[in-house]
Amino acid sequence: MDAHIQPSGSLQDIKDIRRIMERSSRFLSLSGLSGVAAGVCAIAGAVVGNSMLKSYYGTYDSAGYFSGDDFSKLKLRLLGVALAVFVIAFVSSYYFTWRKAKKQGVPMWDHTSRRLAWNMMLPLFTGAAFILGMLRYDVWMFVAPASLIFYGLALVNASKYTLSDIRYLGYFEILLGILNMFFIGYGLWFWAIGFGVLHIIYGVVMWYKYEK
Amino acid sequence: MKNPITGLNKIFDNRIRLGVMSVLMVNEEISFNDLKQLLEVTDGNLATHLVTLEENGFIKVHKGFIGRKTNTTYSITRTGEKAFTDHVAALENMIKGIR
Repeated sequence: MDAHIQPSGSLQDIKDIRRIMERSSRFLSLSGLSGVAAGVCAIAGAVVGNSMLKSYYGTYDSAGYFSGDDFSKLKLRLLGVALAVFVIAFVSSYYFTWRKAKKQGVPMWDHTSRRLAWNMMLPLFTGAAFILGMLRYDVWMFVAPASLIFYGLALVNASKYTLSDIRYLGYFEILLGILNMFFIGYGLWFWAIGFGVLHIIYGVVMWYKYEK
Repeated sequence: MKNPITGLNKIFDNRIRLGVMSVLMVNEEISFNDLKQLLEVTDGNLATHLVTLEENGFIKVHKGFIGRKTNTTYSITRTGEKAFTDHVAALENMIKGIR
C-alpha cells in the first residue's frame, strides 16, 4: 500500500482528470464577446439592408415601375452587404476569442479548435452551397430561413467540441428558421433577430457565466 | 470491508501518466506534440512515460508521416481503458469513504 495515497490526494486526482479530459476534448476559449460582436455586425447589416430595400421601393413609388436593371443591382448590393457582414463578424469574433485564448495561455490553433472548426464549417458550407443553388434559380424567399436553419444545425453540431451551452443558441436559430418559413417576406426581421439579437443575448450570458 | 485501495493502479501514481490516460480516454487518437502541449511537459519526460504505458499494454503507438516529418500518434487500448476506469472508480470510493 502506498503511504502517499490519501483521500485528499485522490480528490485532487479526480479533479485533474476531469480538467484534462475537458480541456483536451473541447475548445473552451470561445469568448462571449465574440457573440456580442457578431450580433452587432448582423444588426448593422440588417439596418443597411433595410434602407437599401426602402430606397428601392421608394423608386418604385416615384417612377411607378421597376426596370430589371435596378433589381439586379439591388440583389448584387444585398449580397455584397451580406458578405461584408460575414467577414467583419468573423474577424471581430475571432479577435475576442484569440484574446481569451491568449489570456488563458491556450493555443488558438490546436486539435480542439481544428475539430471545432471542421464540425462547424461542414453544415455551414453545405448551407451556403444550398442557398447559392437556390439563388441560381432566383429563389430569394428561403434565403433567411435556410441560413438560420443551417447555422443552427452548425452550432448544435459544434457544441460537442466547445462550451456546450452554444447548443441552446443553435436550437433557437433552428426554431426561428422554421418559424420564418411561415412568415416569408419578413426574412430581414428574422435574420436580424437570429443573427443579431440572439447572438448578443447569448454573448452576454456567456460572458457573465465564464468570463466576468 | 473491502479495501478501497485495491483498485488503485500503481502505474497511474504518476501525474503525467494519469494525464496521458485522461486525454486518451476522450480522444480517439492524439499526436505526441498535442499531448506535450496539453500536459506542459518536456519531450524526454513525456517519452519515458509513454514507453511505460506502452509496455504495460495500456496504449497503442502509431508511427506515421506528414510529408517528411514523423507524426507519432497514440490511442488507448481495451486493457488501458479498463485499468483507467478501475483506477478512477477506486479513487471515487476513497473519497466516498471519508465522507
